Amino acid sequence: MATLTLRGLRKSFGTTEVIKGIDLDIAEREFVVFVGPSGCGKSTLLRMIAGLEPITAGELRIDDKRVNEVGPADRGLAMVFQSYALYPHMTVRQNMGFALRLARVPKAERDRKVNEASRILQLDPYLERRPKDLSGGQRQRVAIGRAIVRDPKVFLFDEPLSNLDAALRGQMRIELSRLHEELNATMIYVTHDQIEAMTMAEKIVVLRAGEIEQVGSPLELYHHPINLFVAGFIGSPRMNMLAVKVVATNPSGTEVELASGARLIVPSSGGARVGDAVTLGIRPEALRPDPNGVLQGEVRLVEQLGGLTLLHVAAEGIDDMTVQIEGSNGTRMHQSVRLSVDTSACHLFDSSGLALAHLTRHPLLAA
Amino acid sequence: MSSATQETPGAIKAPGGFLVMPSVIVLLAWMIVPLVMTVWFSFQYYNLLAPETAGFAGLDNYEFLVTDPDFWVSLRNTLVLLSSVLVITVVLGTLLAVLFDQPFPGRNIARVLAISPFFIMPTVAALIWKNLMMHPIYGVFGAVAQAFGFEPVDWFAQFPLASVIAIVSWEWLPFALLILLTAVQSLDHEQREAARMDGAGVIAQFVFITLPHLSRAIGVVVMIETIFLLTVFAEIFVTTSGGPGNATTNLAFLIYARALLQFDIGGASAGGVVAIVLANIVAFFLVRSIARRLEV
Ligand SMILES: Nc1ncnc2c1ncn2[C@@H]1O[C@H](COP(=O)(O)OP(=O)(O)OP(=O)(O)O)[C@@H](O)[C@H]1O
Ligand SMILES: [Mg+2]
Repeated sequence: MATLTLRGLRKSFGTTEVIKGIDLDIAEREFVVFVGPSGCGKSTLLRMIAGLEPITAGELRIDDKRVNEVGPADRGLAMVFQSYALYPHMTVRQNMGFALRLARVPKAERDRKVNEASRILQLDPYLERRPKDLSGGQRQRVAIGRAIVRDPKVFLFDEPLSNLDAALRGQMRIELSRLHEELNATMIYVTHDQIEAMTMAEKIVVLRAGEIEQVGSPLELYHHPINLFVAGFIGSPRMNMLAVKVVATNPSGTEVELASGARLIVPSSGGARVGDAVTLGIRPEALRPDPNGVLQGEVRLVEQLGGLTLLHVAAEGIDDMTVQIEGSNGTRMHQSVRLSVDTSACHLFDSSGLALAHLTRHPLLAA
Repeated sequence: MSSATQETPGAIKAPGGFLVMPSVIVLLAWMIVPLVMTVWFSFQYYNLLAPETAGFAGLDNYEFLVTDPDFWVSLRNTLVLLSSVLVITVVLGTLLAVLFDQPFPGRNIARVLAISPFFIMPTVAALIWKNLMMHPIYGVFGAVAQAFGFEPVDWFAQFPLASVIAIVSWEWLPFALLILLTAVQSLDHEQREAARMDGAGVIAQFVFITLPHLSRAIGVVVMIETIFLLTVFAEIFVTTSGGPGNATTNLAFLIYARALLQFDIGGASAGGVVAIVLANIVAFFLVRSIARRLEV
């Protein structure tokens, strides 16, 4: 339970700058997720917060106290590593109690805390085992247990679920959310995984090449991405991007002309002027087959996921426009389809990639 | 059908047995013949200087051996040499391995220098130490001592066994370092970072993370060094020839002295049998305890 304040945080390895000035506020008990493409500096930023990587410039404050010079053990944080980093020669109980043992906590209290953590994580049957005798999910829970017993102010996770299979990942996702609820702790979580980011985060921080692109709630980023990068990064399947031309601007939005000559009015406005080339972003679920639809295309591939079906349609000069529809829909390959567009869920981006502001907030975000 | 499939392995077994015969015979000849001959000679009066006293000696050679004070001294020297070199190389090797794992300028050159003694053959190493380092008049140590106004130490006269231990340790330290360095480098660095987050300082990380990680490698070093250290010979032969008196005579040197200086083949063979028994006892305990650790 702590607040974190990052001010102008920078990190260079030799002459290459990896983190290029991060400003971020993390509130008490918040669940913050860092996402971004591989190599953008998520792990580095997390390790700087943890104290494992010295901070080149800027200031890191925990509970309003500068901690740049404080060692990793004394910042009151606990970290769960991607590789789990359990101590192989110690039992589960010793692994979880190691920090307390180093802090010379009496054995009785140590055992009490380990037992408490093992109850929360359902590790009781495994306390006397070594890590190598555990499954991946159990190891992961031990790594989390090792963090819990220290009673940290902030939990740091670096892609903790990426070594698990899909089913276990789903289960651990729920357990982590439950843990966040139960422990009332601030958590910072690094991931590649769209679903993890969307489901667990209260606040997502999108990073690119060492800089923050956008910070906001999952739905905020989904419905109001501030630029092309965030729009493309958040959401799976990806947003469809079409090159279009502005033909009119009026109070109800911006009218654009597609490659086929079809016109749409998107309820966004901004600096766009008539004649500008802009990018139209359409989420896959904003497209649906409709005999009266404005778009016309040919289905190239059908991916049936059961509950959902993804159509890959060649239309408007692009080969792979993704359309997400119900699994009960019987559209087949090579069929020609017309698609209607829910323009309220469309986005426009100017030539520099910045989004034109929506005229209205998404209903779920209006409050 | 089932009987046919059951018969097949039996049918294959016989030619299989024939095919391994050559290697078995070579191995037998290689190991058993010298062993049996050593045991046989150890029960014979067989002195090249006294060919008239030949024939079965019973346990006389053994009795002569165990009542010879030289034998017990050589046994002690063997074990002192073995354990001292093991302790020195493992302790220093571990510390150096951890040191060489840290980045510092010139690390690669330092590594090569530290490992290079391993490539010097024992006789040469012993000669270098005897004449260039430890010699009271020409040696480096003597020169240093004199530069500071001390009396040079005649190492091989005053501390003969310690001097031999120093030379052998110098030869074996690179081996220990090499094995332990690779082991240190294989330590998952996230584990060390986790320990740092858990509040482990440099020493606690070493004790609780690095040392347990190294235990296997240390076991391997101890096992391999033991095999070679029980039979140290060249270093002693070149530097002290077992002396002064019997101060640096180990079992291997005693056997050599018996057989080739006193021409007492029977007595030397008895010493050889004792050496075999000793090596087996050490190996038994060592291999067992280390094999158990390797399983973990
Ligand atoms: N010790 C280091 N020395 C030099 N460069 C480094 C070092 N550690 C990381 N980098 C560089 O910093 C950049 C960010 O690395 P980082 O590990 O933070 O990426 P990431 O966002 O966690 O990526 P991934 O999602 O693949 O884990 C990378 O380009 C990487 O090459
Ligand atoms: Mg990473």
